[in-house]
Amino acid sequence: MKRISLDLILGTFLVFGFTALVLLIAGAPVLDAFKHIWLGAFASNYKVSQVLSVWIPLTLCSCGLLYTFRANLWNIGIEGQVTMGAVSAMAALRISGISDPTLLLILACFASMLGGGLWGLLAGLLKTRGGVHEIFGGLGLNFVAQSFTLWLIFGPWKRPGVASMSGTELLNKEFWLATPPGWRVATMGLVITVVIFMITWLFLEKSRLGLKLKAIGQNPKAALLYSLSPESFYLKSIITAGAWAGLAGFLQVTAVYHRLIPSISSGYGYLALLLVMLSGYRIILVPILAFFFASLNVGAIQLPIVLQLDSALSGVIQGCCVLSALFVLGIRQKRKQS
Amino acid sequence: MDIAFKNISKSFGSVKALTDVSLTVQSGTIHGIIGENGAGKSTLMKILTGYQSKSNGSILIDGQERKIKTPKNASRLGIGMLYQEPMDFSPLTVLENFSLGSPKESRTDLRFALQNLAVQLKFHIDPDRMVESLTVGERQQIELLRLIHCKTKVLILDEPTTGISPAQKKELFPALKLLAAQGMSILLVSHKLKDIASLCSEVTVLRQGQVTHTTSAPFSFPELLTAMFGSVPEQKNKAGKRIKGKAILTFENVEATGERKGLHHCNTIVKEGEIIGLAGLDGAGQSTFLRLAAGLTTPEKGNTILFGKTLPKNSTASCKAQQLKTSFIPANRLEEALFSDLSLSDHYCLRSEQNSFWRSKNNADRLAEIGITTFSIKGQKEHPAKKLSGGNQQRLLLSLLDPQSRLLLLENPTRGLDIYSGEWVWEYLRENLPQDTTILFSSPELDEILHYSDRIIVFRDGEVVLDQAVTDTNHDAIATSMTGIEGTVQ
Repeated sequence: MKRISLDLILGTFLVFGFTALVLLIAGAPVLDAFKHIWLGAFASNYKVSQVLSVWIPLTLCSCGLLYTFRANLWNIGIEGQVTMGAVSAMAALRISGISDPTLLLILACFASMLGGGLWGLLAGLLKTRGGVHEIFGGLGLNFVAQSFTLWLIFGPWKRPGVASMSGTELLNKEFWLATPPGWRVATMGLVITVVIFMITWLFLEKSRLGLKLKAIGQNPKAALLYSLSPESFYLKSIITAGAWAGLAGFLQVTAVYHRLIPSISSGYGYLALLLVMLSGYRIILVPILAFFFASLNVGAIQLPIVLQLDSALSGVIQGCCVLSALFVLGIRQKRKQS
Repeated sequence: MDIAFKNISKSFGSVKALTDVSLTVQSGTIHGIIGENGAGKSTLMKILTGYQSKSNGSILIDGQERKIKTPKNASRLGIGMLYQEPMDFSPLTVLENFSLGSPKESRTDLRFALQNLAVQLKFHIDPDRMVESLTVGERQQIELLRLIHCKTKVLILDEPTTGISPAQKKELFPALKLLAAQGMSILLVSHKLKDIASLCSEVTVLRQGQVTHTTSAPFSFPELLTAMFGSVPEQKNKAGKRIKGKAILTFENVEATGERKGLHHCNTIVKEGEIIGLAGLDGAGQSTFLRLAAGLTTPEKGNTILFGKTLPKNSTASCKAQQLKTSFIPANRLEEALFSDLSLSDHYCLRSEQNSFWRSKNNADRLAEIGITTFSIKGQKEHPAKKLSGGNQQRLLLSLLDPQSRLLLLENPTRGLDIYSGEWVWEYLRENLPQDTTILFSSPELDEILHYSDRIIVFRDGEVVLDQAVTDTNHDAIATSMTGIEGTVQ
């Protein structure tokens, strides 16, 4: 217990120390910068709701990654799965002939899970059938998904008369998920995220399938002797990760941007990878860390404006946090081994 | 270099692994360290090689106290260890492996040094072969040469004869004696009293982390066994004649890849109730044979017919074999059969045939408790499998076996086990399983094969060269079949 507290103190000290160093190098007043990050994230209900709207896709992607990490798969393709989820949702919303917007939204929700899941399945098949490592397969598919989105935005789905990086035409307001007055986060988004988190927790921690997935991740050779098929579990875990990432894409389209934009995934897939590693693959820490990163992400947005700093600084600060935390985790791991 | 352990103690939490262990190894001698599984041998060696820290006591090298905190410290002091499974790099060549850890030398010099040392120790080594294509015995020889080249003065050998053939043992032992004669101090950790008797001048016995006996050659086996176990283990007699019914496993013109030479022209029939020992030099085909029967390897040509059903030639073969009540326990238990970080309860949960979606902790714990008690596993239900000793890992695997198994495939079932645990395994197999259960097992120990099997199949270079009832053959005939050399005796 004492050691954990010490680690916590060391971790916090490193996170703040490292961040302060980066701010100093960037020529920013350190205390002012911290104050603005805090205010940027929590100064009003509106800001908090902005934090929550980032928390949603981060948590969904992280929940998906917990399945693949448990099977010992590096699902780098999560980013492309978010994108393809968003594209599939957008495609469903563009279906003509269905007049009921709620029905179309439900359809878009399932389409996004299907799109993300199939994109995950592709990476899984490349691994199990083609022997392509999931990192390379996933990276390749991310590029394909990104290029496909750009093609849609500048091609078949371009705004009438203009093709722009700002994305497709705005969706009709009836397709915007409802937000409480004065807030920027969709209630349905929060509900979906909490439900997915609960499902993931129950599956991974309480079901026999979750234990089987863990066993396969630890030793696929031994799993064969317990009548478990690693290939089948690899595919199932990556499809589930893709489905949850696809849902994040759906919410990005219907609750945040209300259109398809080129960077619809906003890099949340990659950030979720770091976040899950940082959590030590423990589901209970995922929403907490996701909230921390979401706060940092939103809080640091105004730094470039208020303090005249480079807009890349927010990313650098997040990177510092991740590195510091990984460093402390590394020390802990080493101490355990010795 | 003289090595002295003075009152070494080591605790893991409340568990005392070593208590006041003191022993001295004189320069130029081979000193045996023996003890049953979990006696503390490995912990003591890990302390000497810097992989583990001691809780108390001191290590004196040539009379001077030395702090060995890391493996690098140990290696700088000239302490090297030859592991049961050599710590080499399989994608590299023999010469590249040999060069690791050596002072900067040209490739030509290294080649010369390697060949020179190999000639001295009478090892037959090709410097340009890939290590992955070598047997454990050959890899061990390279590692030994590398350690000598790195100026190792204290050599620790951990069960060096476990994974090697009798012929390779015949090459290793004179080499070790020669090294000792040249002044090297050698610590031999082993369960095998015969190996100890042929090599060591002194022996220290550990039991439950304490030195119970130290003696010099010539050794009295009953005395050593009493020191190891507190009593002399009784040699169990073979059980009565078993049922030999219909054919349950048939290999039809099987050709398969695997190990060094794979398996070729294999036409073998196994009958219900037989106990068959598979002998051969390391990598001669016995492992491929077992894996084919388990469906873990599929034949390139021919068919594996199990209980009248031809196994599919795809990844579903192992599931099919298990459905047909075939169980396989590999030699590398932790690497191929257990989940090192999963608890014992989790293993039972994975094995239980519950249909419920949810994990029942209570049910898994109950099964684990029954398994632990029935099979006398020294471990707690919440302990991860990696914390179990080799013998207890084997007990766990046996307790996880499907009780309805009709064909048991065991790869080196007593590998790394002390005499008691080995005896216990065979007693369980022969007396607790139904008489019509068929057992196929491989072992590098001819004595084990001759003692426990009804029939023996000998493999050489991927082919079956002898298939006879044990009563119709003898030790020498088997050794000759294994090596192809007349008059080969272990």
